[in-house]
Order: sequence, then C-alpha cells, then structure tokens
Amino acid sequence: MPSLKAFILLLEHPHSPGDLSGKNEKAESMNMSNTISSTKNSPLSQFFAGAKDTFPLIVGAIPFGIIFGTLAATAGLSFAATMGMSMFVFAGSSQFVCVSLVLAGTAWPMIVLTTFVVNLRHMLYGATMVPFYKNLNTLWKMVLAFGLTDETFAVAVTRYNRDDGLLDKHYYNLGSMMFMYTNWNLCTFVGLTAGKTFPEMSQWGLDFAMPATFIGIVIPYLVSKPMWASVVTAGIISIVAGGLPHKLGLMVAAIAGVTVGLVCEKMFSGKKELV
Amino acid sequence: MFGMGIQLNEIYMVAGMALVTFGIRYIMFPISGRFEFPELFKRGLRYVPPVVLTAIIVPSVIMPDGETLNLNLTNPYLIGAIAACIIGGLFKNLLLTIVVSMVIFMGWQWAFALG
Repeated sequence: MPSLKAFILLLEHPHSPGDLSGKNEKAESMNMSNTISSTKNSPLSQFFAGAKDTFPLIVGAIPFGIIFGTLAATAGLSFAATMGMSMFVFAGSSQFVCVSLVLAGTAWPMIVLTTFVVNLRHMLYGATMVPFYKNLNTLWKMVLAFGLTDETFAVAVTRYNRDDGLLDKHYYNLGSMMFMYTNWNLCTFVGLTAGKTFPEMSQWGLDFAMPATFIGIVIPYLVSKPMWASVVTAGIISIVAGGLPHKLGLMVAAIAGVTVGLVCEKMFSGKKELV
Repeated sequence: MFGMGIQLNEIYMVAGMALVTFGIRYIMFPISGRFEFPELFKRGLRYVPPVVLTAIIVPSVIMPDGETLNLNLTNPYLIGAIAACIIGGLFKNLLLTIVVSMVIFMGWQWAFALG
C-alpha cells in the first residue's frame, strides 16, 4: 500500500505550508525517484527533476487535452480560439466547461463568470505558495502563478515542503509547469487536427476521460464527514438544478456544497475533522 | 463548422477567461501581508475543488445526453463512474483509476452497441 500512497499525495488536499507531519512518510516512495537529481543543485537539473516528477500526471492529461481539442472543434469553436484558450487560459476543467457552454449557446460573459467559479480553487493554491515565492521577483511570481494548475501545484508543493535547504526550487516548479504547458498545447493541437480528420471521434466516448480523471481527483478529498456532506450535496443539486439556463446549476451546486460543508464543520466542531 | 477565423465574441471569451484565471492564480501574491481573508472564506475555499468537480461529474455521468436522467445499467458512463469510484477508493491511484475505468467504460459501450 505505501507505494500506492505516493499517488494520493500528488492529489491530496492542499496543506498549509507548515504541515509537514505525515507528509514525509507518504512522500517517501515518490521522492526516491528524484533523490539523485536533487543532489545536483543546478537550475537545469532542478528544472528536469520537476518535469520528471510531473510525468504521471502528464499521462492522465494527454487524453484530456486531445479530447478537449476534438470537442472544441465539434462544438464550433475556431482553431484560433481553441489554441488561444490552451495558450492563455491553461486551465483544463474550465476549458471543458467552456466547450459545453458554447455547445449550449451560452453568451461569453456567462462563460467568463462560470470560469471564475470553476477556477476559484486556484486562489487557495496561490495562498499556499505565497511563503515559497516570497523571495522571487514579480516576473517569476507571475510566470509561476500562471502555471498553477492542479497538477503542477500538487507536484511543486510537495517539493517545497521537503526541507533540504535547496534554494532553486522555483526551477523545479518551472520545469513541472513547462512540461504541463507544452503537453497541454500539443495535445490540444493534436485533438483539433484529429477532430477535423475524424469528426466521429467525439462519438467514441473518449469524453469519459474527464469524469474518470475528476473522480480520481475527488476521492482523496473524501476523508471527513463535512467533505462527504458537501460533495453529496453538490452532486444532488447539480442534477436538481441542472435545468437552469447557462449551466447556472453548476454554480448553485457549488455554493450549496460549500455551505453544507461549512455547516457540517460547525456541527462536528468538537472533533478535529478537517483535513 | 470548423473555421480558422476567430470571431469577435470568441476573442472576448478567451481574453475574459484568461484574465479571470490568471487573476485568481496571482491575486494572493500582491495582497498577501496587506490583507487577511476572513477565516470562514478560507475554510470554504477548501471545499471548492471537490465540490466543483463533483458538480461537473454527476450530470455528465447520469445525464450523458444533457437532458434525460439515465440510471439504467446499460449507461456506460454510469458503469464507468461506479468502476472509477471503486478502483479509486481501493487503490487511491489516479493512473489506475483512469485507465481501468476507461477500459470498462469502452467495453460496456461496445457490448451494448452490439446488442
């Protein structure tokens, strides 16, 4: 089981920077892979170590990116808009939601608002990274913040939390980010091209990769009663409110889920249930 | 259906999405130290990832066509999702969860396409 736990770690709930307890033992097996590279402190070796440790998540992102390109093409988005989204937005789940909104004929301001809600979780990632980026200049902060996807955050925060006195961890973070970014844009391009050649590809059911990936991401969060309550609520409300126009049901479900989670937290506040 | 040319509303949409996403990811760096978020807001933020993802997953799985509830066992999305939950819960391994549940999904889809 310990080796399997390395994967949970990658996806685990963002911990506060000081929370090292329990993390190291879980990280053990994963860290073994980059012990060798981290003994060399050059920025370049850190960059490649970051890319290497991101590899398992790249494998999951490949079908994701290709399907995004394919679906975007069949939803009627232009080539430039689809590539532009992967280049400048760089946020997989919100790009998927955007495609389904475009299909439903949603107006762009509503799509931007939904993007805001879907990506709000990244604010927490930024908050977690504040102490780790504090000695970097503004340009570095901007570049690394742009690349704070779920995947790179998970990989980089694990590295930052490992206290080995290394100073070039931002190169590690950059390596992870550049690998994700290059892969995401390449896969989008492949999906766009393949979607044009094989328009029936969108009917192959490859779109199941999205719920499959998201289920894999959600499961490690389900460790407390309030978290269960909030997720179950969100699931039910997403169906009940599914008929609302402009996919507003997603936001209603999200707000209801968070509210129920906070209320439950209050109810169980005697015990320390929070992650 | 699939054009090279970009439309004006697509430019607004992509620019808006890019600004909003970058803003969310960056905002904490300039404001940290000057301003503290209310405790309740910070606690609420922790629920956001699983809650939003669940609200995306559930309708795509039990309403695959976007309109009608399909809880039949012939619905490959439902079977694939149940498989993903079981595998994910047992092994907590993302790669295994994605690959195995996709194989089960495709097998199910193929089996019922024949029948």
